[in-house]
Amino acid sequence: MSLIIEMETKNRVLCIRLKGELDHHTAAKLKQQAESVLEKQEIKHIVLNLEELTFMDSSGLGVILGRYNQIKKNKGEMVVCAISPSVKRLFDMSGLFKIIKLDISEENALQRLGVA
Amino acid sequence: MKNKMELTFSALSQNESFARVSVASFIAQLDPTLDELTEIKTVVSEGVTNSIIHGYENDPTGVVYISVVLEEDMVELEIRDEGLGIEDLDEALQPLYTTKPELERSGMGFTIMENFMDEMHVISHKGEGTIIRLKKHLTKTKALCN
Repeated sequence: MSLIIEMETKNRVLCIRLKGELDHHTAAKLKQQAESVLEKQEIKHIVLNLEELTFMDSSGLGVILGRYNQIKKNKGEMVVCAISPSVKRLFDMSGLFKIIKLDISEENALQRLGVA
Repeated sequence: MKNKMELTFSALSQNESFARVSVASFIAQLDPTLDELTEIKTVVSEGVTNSIIHGYENDPTGVVYISVVLEEDMVELEIRDEGLGIEDLDEALQPLYTTKPELERSGMGFTIMENFMDEMHVISHKGEGTIIRLKKHLTKTKALCN
């Protein structure tokens, strides 16, 4: 099982929806695709929808942190939504929730950012 | 009764998924909970990724060795490489410590392995490679036979 990446821009918010498994192998693809959108378009915030992510390890934390650092430069925010208990444990362990916000759904996340 | 399996494969990132799925299928015969299976899959992924990125620095001629021993409700997992070895083990074991921040490594690999398993021992010699030995007791979910 590999990773399917879906990206959509709504009012300077980049929604990234991940389906499948995010590990070191698939993180490279996510980094490349997200970086390319962040360079070409004017993006302020990122909403990361992990509803259909079935597996993630620390490589996933690394690539998420990398994108957070990219949008932080323009005072953007990152909101992660719909995460499973096992992925949440990894976020908790690494302290990422100190800088990345958590929401229950993509709709809520977009509302929080004033888009929906 | 002891039950053992071994895996040997090239240090290629596309094998990370193969490694964790294979280990999980072998362990499935002990009826682990879904959480336990996810934890073990994550641990395998962390160990194998370390060998590929740090042990062999992405040299695909490197080889990663995994062995799993099942005995009653105990899982013993060993992930080994014959790569560069770890220069400073104490530092490597610290949460968020990484020698490769430019590759967007989170530095959480060993912390996750330690947290998801009951025991972790790391043996590493510079220029010889690294062995990670891990143990985990599975909870007994099987119904009692009366």
